[in-house]
Amino acid sequence: MATPNIPLWEVFIRSRNGLAHKHVGSLHATDATLALQAARDIYTRRGEGLSIWVVPSNAITASDPAEKGMMFEPAESKIYRHPTFYDVPDEVGHM
Amino acid sequence: MATASISVSETPLVLYLLRRADDALILGHRLSEWCGHAPALEEDMALANMGLDLLGQARELYSYAAKVEGKGNDEDKFAYLRDVRQYRNLLLLEQPNGDFARTMLRQFFYSAFADLYWRAMMKSGDATLAAIAAKSEKESAYHLRHSSEWVVRLGDGTEESHRRAQTAIDDLWALTGEMFEADDSERSLIASGIAVDPATLRSRWLAMISDVVGEATLALPKSDWMQQGGRSGRHSEHLGHLLSELQSMQRTFPGATW
Amino acid sequence: MYTQALNTSDAEDRHVEDADRAAQFQVRIDAEDRIEPNDWMPAAYRKTLTRQISQHAHSEIVGMLPEGNWITRAPSLRRKAALLAKVQDECGHGLYLYAAAETLGASREELVDLMLAGKAKYSSIFNYPTLTWADIGVIGWLVDGAAIMNQIPLCRCSYGPYARAMIRVCKEESFHQRQGFEIMLTLARGSEEQKAMAQNALDRWWWPVLMMFGPPDKASQHSDNSTKWKIKRFSNDELRQKFVDATVPQAQFLGLTIPDPGMTQNEAGNWQYSTIDWNEFNAVLAGNGPCNRDRLAARRKAHEEGAWVREAALAYAAKRRNRQAAA
Repeated sequence: MATPNIPLWEVFIRSRNGLAHKHVGSLHATDATLALQAARDIYTRRGEGLSIWVVPSNAITASDPAEKGMMFEPAESKIYRHPTFYDVPDEVGHM
Repeated sequence: MATASISVSETPLVLYLLRRADDALILGHRLSEWCGHAPALEEDMALANMGLDLLGQARELYSYAAKVEGKGNDEDKFAYLRDVRQYRNLLLLEQPNGDFARTMLRQFFYSAFADLYWRAMMKSGDATLAAIAAKSEKESAYHLRHSSEWVVRLGDGTEESHRRAQTAIDDLWALTGEMFEADDSERSLIASGIAVDPATLRSRWLAMISDVVGEATLALPKSDWMQQGGRSGRHSEHLGHLLSELQSMQRTFPGATW
Repeated sequence: MYTQALNTSDAEDRHVEDADRAAQFQVRIDAEDRIEPNDWMPAAYRKTLTRQISQHAHSEIVGMLPEGNWITRAPSLRRKAALLAKVQDECGHGLYLYAAAETLGASREELVDLMLAGKAKYSSIFNYPTLTWADIGVIGWLVDGAAIMNQIPLCRCSYGPYARAMIRVCKEESFHQRQGFEIMLTLARGSEEQKAMAQNALDRWWWPVLMMFGPPDKASQHSDNSTKWKIKRFSNDELRQKFVDATVPQAQFLGLTIPDPGMTQNEAGNWQYSTIDWNEFNAVLAGNGPCNRDRLAARRKAHEEGAWVREAALAYAAKRRNRQAAA
């Protein structure tokens, strides 16, 4: 008999206050409480974290890599959104 | 020739420290037996973490005992060169792992006690003990959290898990009373504000575990007959086997350094 | 760790899917771009990686058993804590790797079921027994040492999730080899009995460790795709040579003798080892190593005895969802 699947979770950890939570990996757990404890036991054994988020993997909606062009390339030509686009004389100093 | 056991000058404080250290070592050893064999990889990680916490507690307590005793013993001599009658741990903690339900119930009963105990000991007049307690309390609090979650899931899971969890409670219950006992040696330390009087923790412990056991749809036994003996070296048959494994290297190769 | 011997790719599976996409895919690989889970990839790439990563994961998990055999007998509390932490790390590594394999579409449960059914491989090295405490030293020093040789290049593997898992594994594993070497050093500086124990362990593990890198390059037929896809960056023989060259001076430092009297150093400084007994390697891979049956039996037992626990947790979660829905 095939082993029944246990839901997959994604783990995000804040390593220091002031930093954002960062994806560190995944685990399997039957519910959120056990997922959080497992995340602590698996991903913070070496003092890697001060805060943990766990999210059911199937709750994540991801962009389709095939639509990368449509999604992301239009931003590339908007160079006027970056400060280096504008000329400010050196005499003005840092701006 | 196998190495003879060490002799220990069991002054009240040394004896007191060895009792706590033995608790931590024996339970940590039992948890380490699960490594590679747990019901899921996530739980293998959790059991090893708890085992490592307890091994750490044992090492600190043995080292302090060695310092207090001042006879040249150390953590390893205490762990590896005392025989079964010199061990002072609770009977509950030397019980074999059995199934996962028995392991978790054993952990739950003990961690609920240990958490209260260490928290009280943080106020010990002995600064070293208070510091060990402060570190250990955080560890026990997590062990209690983790084991409670499992008690609830096993009790309120399937028919089989419920039956196994209830059997574990019924089998282990008579071994829980020993946690709250103190002998004359320990009472002298309680009187001087160094040790914690475990009897004062019993009602809070009972309330804590009753909550979880109730949520788990399990029941505590009515019987209040309690076994004693571990604290004075009268153990179950299980401890000798545990020690013969734990101590095999030190007994086979006397005096060697590893 | 431990995939070098197992990473064969599926040449036969290269039916033409979409020549344009396949060509674009190869352009990305050649440009050292990383492939991520939802990206288009050739079916053979997916299949090769699923197999390699899952075998790698199985190796970590089965690899817990030979060392786990000594946790309860570790000769000091310091050694006991270090060994328990190390074997626990291996469990974590297996876990990371299963998760990486799952990004390719298989579930952990399916992959584990294949292993338990004897249909998936794991590294042959774990089918040898740990007889003495010195074996724990040798495993850390040599088995982990060999694994590191293999794993460091995998941190640059073309498949993102695998590369990221390997970075984490390599970071955590940096203490494993050192703790092994420290055990060996203590034995080498100990009593005659301890020195003999260390030498005996080296004698038993040396050749199986060299086999970990897999068949000689001239005999392995399938590495072309793995290399082309930048899953594999060094050949078996290259890594094996690197390992031998790194290990010989360490053995000399320990005062131990590598059980290869014919070994010589060439002008370039490389240590040339004698012929490896590939019949033994093939026998172990075929299931006839000293511990194959014990290892699988132990994993099956843990899996079967854990079934009611996993079922209980699933049942509880379902009950709680129903209660919340009803409330």
